[in-house]
Amino acid sequence: MSAATANAAPPGRRLSLAWAARQRVVIALVLLILFGALRYEHFLGAYNVLSVLRYNSMFALTSLGMCFVIMGAGIDLSVGTTAAFASVVSALLSPYGLFPGLLGGLGAGLAVGAVNGFMVTRMNIQPFIATLSGMLVASGSGLLLAHNQSVSVSYDTDFTWLGQGDLLGFPTPAWIAAAAYVYGSVALNFLSFGRYVLAVGGNEEAARLMGLPVDRVKFLTYVQSGVFAGLAGVILAAQFGAGQPAEGVGWELFSIAAVVVGGTLLTGGVGSVATTLAGVLLLGLIFNVLNFENGLGWISLSAYWQSVVRGVFLMVVVMASSGAARRVARSA
Amino acid sequence: MSPTDPLLVMRDVNKRFQGVQALSAASLEVEPGEIMALVGENGAGKSTMIKVLTGAYRRDSGSIVFGGEPVDFASPQHAQHGGISPIYQEINLVPFRSVAENIFLGREYRRYGLLDWGRMNAEAADLLRRFAVEIDVRRPLMDFSTAIQQMVAIARAVSFKARLVIMDEPTSSLDEREVSVLFDVMRRLRAEGVAVIFISHRLDELYQVCDRVTVMRDGRTVMAGRMGDVDKLHLIAAMLGRDLETVRAHSTGFSGAHAAAGEVVLSAEGLQIGRKVRDARVEVRERQIVGLAGLLGSGRTEVARAIFGADPADAGTIELGGRAVSPREPAEAIALGVGYCSEDRKADGIVPDMSVRENMTLGILPRLTSMGIVDEARQREIVDRFMKRLAIKASSAEQKIRELSGGNQQKVLLARWLCTDPKLLILDEPTRGIDVGAKAEIQALIRELADQGLGVLMISSELEEITEGADRVFVLSDGRTVADLPHAEASAAAIMAAMAHGGAEAGEEAVNG
Amino acid sequence: MADAPTIGRKGASFDVAAFFRRYAALTALIVLLAFNFAVTPNFASWQTLNVNLTQVATIVIVSVGMTLVIATGGIDLSVGSLMAISGALAPMIFLSSFGLSYPALGNALAFVAPVAIAGMFGLFNGWFITRFRVQPIVGTLVMFIAGRGIGQVLTNGNLQAFKNPTFQFIGLGRVFGVPCQVIIMLALVAAAAWTLRSTLFGRQILSVGGNERAAWLSGVPVASVKRWVYAISGLCAGIAGLVVVSINSSSDANLVGLGMELDAIAAVAVGGTPFTGGQATVVGSLIGALLIQLVRYTLLANGVPDAAALVVKGAIIAGAVWSQQRGKPT
Repeated sequence: MSAATANAAPPGRRLSLAWAARQRVVIALVLLILFGALRYEHFLGAYNVLSVLRYNSMFALTSLGMCFVIMGAGIDLSVGTTAAFASVVSALLSPYGLFPGLLGGLGAGLAVGAVNGFMVTRMNIQPFIATLSGMLVASGSGLLLAHNQSVSVSYDTDFTWLGQGDLLGFPTPAWIAAAAYVYGSVALNFLSFGRYVLAVGGNEEAARLMGLPVDRVKFLTYVQSGVFAGLAGVILAAQFGAGQPAEGVGWELFSIAAVVVGGTLLTGGVGSVATTLAGVLLLGLIFNVLNFENGLGWISLSAYWQSVVRGVFLMVVVMASSGAARRVARSA
Repeated sequence: MSPTDPLLVMRDVNKRFQGVQALSAASLEVEPGEIMALVGENGAGKSTMIKVLTGAYRRDSGSIVFGGEPVDFASPQHAQHGGISPIYQEINLVPFRSVAENIFLGREYRRYGLLDWGRMNAEAADLLRRFAVEIDVRRPLMDFSTAIQQMVAIARAVSFKARLVIMDEPTSSLDEREVSVLFDVMRRLRAEGVAVIFISHRLDELYQVCDRVTVMRDGRTVMAGRMGDVDKLHLIAAMLGRDLETVRAHSTGFSGAHAAAGEVVLSAEGLQIGRKVRDARVEVRERQIVGLAGLLGSGRTEVARAIFGADPADAGTIELGGRAVSPREPAEAIALGVGYCSEDRKADGIVPDMSVRENMTLGILPRLTSMGIVDEARQREIVDRFMKRLAIKASSAEQKIRELSGGNQQKVLLARWLCTDPKLLILDEPTRGIDVGAKAEIQALIRELADQGLGVLMISSELEEITEGADRVFVLSDGRTVADLPHAEASAAAIMAAMAHGGAEAGEEAVNG
Repeated sequence: MADAPTIGRKGASFDVAAFFRRYAALTALIVLLAFNFAVTPNFASWQTLNVNLTQVATIVIVSVGMTLVIATGGIDLSVGSLMAISGALAPMIFLSSFGLSYPALGNALAFVAPVAIAGMFGLFNGWFITRFRVQPIVGTLVMFIAGRGIGQVLTNGNLQAFKNPTFQFIGLGRVFGVPCQVIIMLALVAAAAWTLRSTLFGRQILSVGGNERAAWLSGVPVASVKRWVYAISGLCAGIAGLVVVSINSSSDANLVGLGMELDAIAAVAVGGTPFTGGQATVVGSLIGALLIQLVRYTLLANGVPDAAALVVKGAIIAGAVWSQQRGKPT
């Protein structure tokens, strides 16, 4: 058995490596916040904090859904247009009140998620292609429903509270996102569903032979992603006062980037909910910091730099984790 | 069910695939608490039989009685719940997840609706302790060796209250120490009343651990009997379906003749590679097959890959044809006249969707190219020549290589190197997973190639292959070359002694003793 | 159009199985053509052909590079952003004081430099992916995000309107009545199909996609093959960027090539190139792009709103890939 232990070390370090990579995100986030707090007067001011939270809660939701899909070794390109579609549905239903609007948005998301899940699990289409067509279907549905223009939400009901309101001093969308992340964290670590997602993503064939309901698990990750995207769409409509059928372009890739920055492997099987949130905030704060930097007046960077900075940031994260991966591989 | 009734009776099982009769009236009987060997050449129907049993395939006709009751499992999951646990060739667990999770996936313990990690970890540790495995069950499975992973798979099966465990080539990637641990576990299972179906190509192993043997050929069950009553030659004869006289007493395809060796082709000294190889030495001459023996993890494959430039050595000298070289890439080694057939044909060898032609000429393609354009006439000519010379069985050169049998795939990969006209050919487990007939053919081919002048460095876990095939044997132990034996002295005993004791004197001892 | 079937036959003789798997798309295309000849008014006209081919040309040009990338088992999400960069650079060059004082040189440079720079960015993708062993989807995501930003920063997000007939020949010109970009498209398709079939590089692309480790152990320079396919994908995107801005007579880095990565990937998928790598059909990608385009045209010509066409497009992508998968022997 001693041979067995001798062979043990190398591959396992990869896991702790993924763990380290994830902690790095948290550290980077803390550093960025510290930097902002020390450098800009109003960075930690209530207004800035609350508006960052309010705005990024939508990305946080789509990224959470994406995180589960990716842990299950899939991908969901439809989250952005699903959110747009859901925003239209909820805006159309907003005159009937908060709950009809909310449920309508969730239902729209669920429908798209179910279509995606069906294509992936029943028709055996690769997730990339399946959700690419799901993306087009959602986008087309939203545009059709909205007749190619944005749909005003009703201000007669309290629907807009979902996007613009506050609860105990924090923005409602931030509460919604926080609740979603608490659920996500519990589901991943303490519910069979989360473990099954990781097992399916880690080795689908094995999961199947172990008797796990592989197709159902995968289906559910897409449905869940659709529902979270739907929720993001509801917030979108409520926050901007209109259902936006043309919004959501590029959200899917932003979400993928946030999940990757959060240390979740795109190959599936490994991941973390908490660090995904850190990834979202990190990417979101880059834009925020850029604005503050311009506000100082030392330099003037157009808002367009944010994409460049985000891209470079993603690159650095990827390089850092792969550099560490190689060091471990060599020492083995 | 009385204690003397068989645990499993499969009778008159038929299965057809698109016109091919995979099983015809095949049968299999297993007693409770016995270890049953299931053997046969590739394509004999062993896997189909197992898949029919576990419900992965539907049988066309026939009966299956398990534990006294007729069964008809709809899927492997149902079979598992019914008490039949297969453990597959590629270990089917989830590497990223912890050992405990791998044991409990699918029927987790819960408390207040949430997963009860404490209880699962404790029970997993208890379970493994029964098999004398003491590990931290919270660590991811991939932290552990293949042997341990297999123990985890077995523990999982046992925890499912399995009454029949099926092991499909479990030893193919284990070294001898690990194999003996596995056999201990199998005997422990037997003692607990669990039956085992053991599928293996290594006949010696069957005699060590199995009680009875069932032989299949061409989809039929051709023989069943007590292991002790069947000698090896009879077993091989039954598998091959030949008369006993035609099966040579010789168990490998290497002929006895060993031509005089020529110039030194490869000489490597003081190789140091990572932590696995500390001081390795090998020398290969023209017209010589040099065996590189050692347990798994002794650094055999690492040495081969270093010489080929796949994982460059950290220290030491490599001389090819008397010239010091240090290849950093396979392409460099290939340019120096080295070829390398990896032990893992599927992962490192074949390009599955490409044709036999494309696969065979992958290495030589740059030389068949002028101005970037491939000379297809020359390509075809080379492919035709080697398909004839190596007797490769394919419908045509355009057939996809993944459709070929393992033996024929291996021949194509050999041809891939032969057509580059190498001086040195490194073969890592050249006959692993290849059925008996094709195995002898490939071994004879290797000998023939060496006789024509090629220097061959052959890694093998099968001692017979080394003792009968190699003109000279280097034995590695813990990353060091511990013995250098000429053919005459390279007996199984001497090699094993060197592996075990790790020193040249140990080898001599064995020879003298 | 007359060229496509000819090339298709050539492909078939070399891989019959692949041909049958993409038969679905080709059949659908033929059925759709027949339907249009019967139903859509004025379909059988030179005009219709040109409109459709002109609209599909940029997608096909990008798909050519994408097919090669996917053949190695990779994917390139950055093509749309690279189109934005090349589209932003070209007018900057010929509208610069240098370009205005030496129009000939300026125009030549406006063709060459943006394409070359897009190719360099593609090469960067390949370098990044091979050097750091990053999954292509993540590796090119970097340039997807940063690339459009670079285009926007270059132009400060402003629209560059222009009128430059020499330069715009690439998007508006005709040779013997055939639009210039259609000729470029067909030339690139033919070149890529021939490369895959008959050259060392082509075989190496397929072997890398089919089994990377085996290819490397057989002496195939895997990293360099990959770098070059991403570079070629970048070059194709660069050319497509020029075509788009020429057609529009303006360049807007916010919009040029937006969503192109997914259009191109869809064309490749519908065309029958599997995402696992190792097999590829450039002609299939052409057919896939034509099919998607023709469906949209058919719907629009028959009064179906564009939004509904999106839904149909989604269904076609899924349906095509689904039917190919069912056609597989496994």
